[in-house]
Amino acid sequence: MKKFLILLLIILFHPIKSFGLIEVDITRGNLNPLPVAVSPLSIDEKSKKSFEKLIKKKNIGEEISAIVENNLRTSGLFNPLNKDAFLQAPDIANLKPRFEDWNLIKAQALITGKVTNINEKLRVEFRLWDVLAGKEMMALAFTTVPTNWRRVGHIISDKVYERLTGEKGYFDTRIIYVAEEGPKTKRKKKLAIMDQDGANNKFLTLGNELVLTPRFNPTSQMVTYLSYFRNLPRVYLLDIETGMQEVVGDFPGMTFAPRFSPDGKKIIMSFAKDGNSDIYTMDLENRIVEKITNHPSIDTSPSYSPDGKYICFNSDRSGYQQIYVMKSDGSKVKRISFGNGIYGTPVWSPRGDLIAFTKLHKGKFYIGVMRIDGSGERLLTENYYQEAPSWSPNGRVLIFYRETKTDDKGEGFSAKLWSIDLTGYNERLVKTPTDGSDPSWSSLLSN
Amino acid sequence: MKLNKILKNLLLVVLACFALSACATKKVSTGQMQGDVYTGTDTVEYLASGVPDRVFFATNESVLTTASRETLRKQAGWLRKNSDVTIVLEGHADERGTREYNLALGERRANAAKDYLMTYGISSDRISVLSYGKERPVDSGSNPLAWSKNRRSVTVKAN
Repeated sequence: MKKFLILLLIILFHPIKSFGLIEVDITRGNLNPLPVAVSPLSIDEKSKKSFEKLIKKKNIGEEISAIVENNLRTSGLFNPLNKDAFLQAPDIANLKPRFEDWNLIKAQALITGKVTNINEKLRVEFRLWDVLAGKEMMALAFTTVPTNWRRVGHIISDKVYERLTGEKGYFDTRIIYVAEEGPKTKRKKKLAIMDQDGANNKFLTLGNELVLTPRFNPTSQMVTYLSYFRNLPRVYLLDIETGMQEVVGDFPGMTFAPRFSPDGKKIIMSFAKDGNSDIYTMDLENRIVEKITNHPSIDTSPSYSPDGKYICFNSDRSGYQQIYVMKSDGSKVKRISFGNGIYGTPVWSPRGDLIAFTKLHKGKFYIGVMRIDGSGERLLTENYYQEAPSWSPNGRVLIFYRETKTDDKGEGFSAKLWSIDLTGYNERLVKTPTDGSDPSWSSLLSN
Repeated sequence: MKLNKILKNLLLVVLACFALSACATKKVSTGQMQGDVYTGTDTVEYLASGVPDRVFFATNESVLTTASRETLRKQAGWLRKNSDVTIVLEGHADERGTREYNLALGERRANAAKDYLMTYGISSDRISVLSYGKERPVDSGSNPLAWSKNRRSVTVKAN
C-alpha cells in the first residue's frame, strides 16, 4: 500500500485558531446543506500543458476541483454553488479572496487552490476560507505522482469535511463489492473494487466461479470472501496488490460469512456441518481454529466490536433470525433484537456505539441501526429487498445493496448499491458499471 | 406408559397442525402449493422414471413434508438399485432472506434430505451436500409461487 500512498508533504501555513468559525452539524438530517464555492484550482499554462501530456487531462486543476465538488455534494452536507456565478478568477481568489464577492453569491465557505508541475510531480495547494468571518481556516499542500490526481481530490475533500464537521471524512476510500451480470437464475458474479465515488472500477476475479460477501481487512490491503471454487464453498483470502488467493483453514464443509477481527489477525466466519452452522475464528498467523458458538441453531454473520472484545451475530435459536451479542470468547450470549420481524446481518459501527442491521417485517426489508444493547432501534430505509449494510470508516454513512422485484414474466431484476446517512437522509444510488451487491467499505487510505 | 402418553399428545399436536395447515391451504392455494410448500411438478426433473429429483420446503423451514419423504424414499430405492451412483444434495433458499443466513438454511435443508436418505440405508459416503443459498433460483419470479419452487433440495448425480 505504501506504493499507493501519496508522498505526502503537508505544509501548514498557519496554525488553526477556530472560534466562532463555521461548523457543520452532521448529527441531524441536514436539510440546509452549507453553501460552498469550490473555485477551480488555478494552474499556469506550462504546468497545464505538461499534465495534459502526462495524464491526458485538459485542465487537471478543474478536474481535481470537480472531484472535491462531487464529494461534498454527495455527502449531503454541502451545497457546491454554480461556478457561473463566481466573480473572482481562481488564481486571484487563491491569493486573496474578495469576501464581499463570495458573500454576494451566498457562499459561506470557499475553497481555492493552485496546481503546479514540480519535476514531473503534481503539487497541489489548497485553502479553505470562511467567507462570513473573512478568514482562512486551513491551508495545505501535497506533492505526489501525477497519476494520483484523483486521490488528491479525495484527500482535499476529507480535509475540508474534517475541518468543517469536526469528524474524519470518508472520501479517500474504496468499495469492494460483487459485480453481477446475467439472468437471475444464472447470475455471473465477480469481485470488483472501485473508489468510493465509482471511479477506477476494476474486476478482481474472472467470474468463473460464484463469489460472495467480500470484506476488507483493517488496512484495506486484504479481502476475505466466499468462493465456490471447484464447487466447494469456502472462505478465501485475497491480497489485492499481488492477486494471491488462499483458502482459509481446512474445514470439511462450507465456510461462509467471513470478516476480519479489528486487529486484522483473525478471520471470524461460519462453518456449516451436518445442517448446523456455528461461528469459528481462525488466527492467520498460527492457523489456530477456535469454535466460538456451540448451538444446534444457525449462527452466522458475525461482526466484531471495534475494540475486539465483543461479537454481534445472527442466530435463529429463538425460532427466527435475531441479533445477539457475546464476548469474543463466546461467553455471555445475549439477544438484543426484540422488535417485530426478523433481523439479520448485524455489523458493528466503527465508532462502537451502534449496530446496523437488515430487518424483514411484513414483507418489507429495512436497513436500520440500534444501540449495542438493542435499544433505540431506528429504521433508515424501507424497500422490496435490501440488505448487508457496511459502514463508512467514520461511521456516518452506510452502503448496502438493493434488489428489484421482477415483473409477471420474472423479468426486470436488478441489484444496485445504495448509500444512506446514519440520519436516514441523503439516500443515493452508488453507480457501478454492472449490477452490484455485497458492498464493503474500506478504511481511510490516507490518515 | 409415560412414553405412550407423550406419543399420544404428540399425535394430537400433529393432527392439530394438519387441521391448521388445511385451513391455511384454502387461503393461499394456487393449486400448486399446500400452505406455502410447492406441490406442483413444474421445474421438477427425474432421476429415473417415477423418481423426482427434488423436494420443497416451507418458508424458513427445513422440515420434510409427507410428500418430500415419499420422494426421498423413491430416491433411496433408486439409489439402492444403482449402488455405484454418488449424489450431491443441493440446498436452496428463496430470495426473501439475507444471503448469509440463506447459505446456512440451504445447507440445513440439504442435510434434512441427507439424513432421511441415510435412514433408508444410503451410506453417507455416497452423499455430499452443497448449499447455494439464494444464489441459484429456478424461477426468477418475485411472487409466493416462484419462491416456493426455489425453496428446495435437489438430488444431483455426481458421477
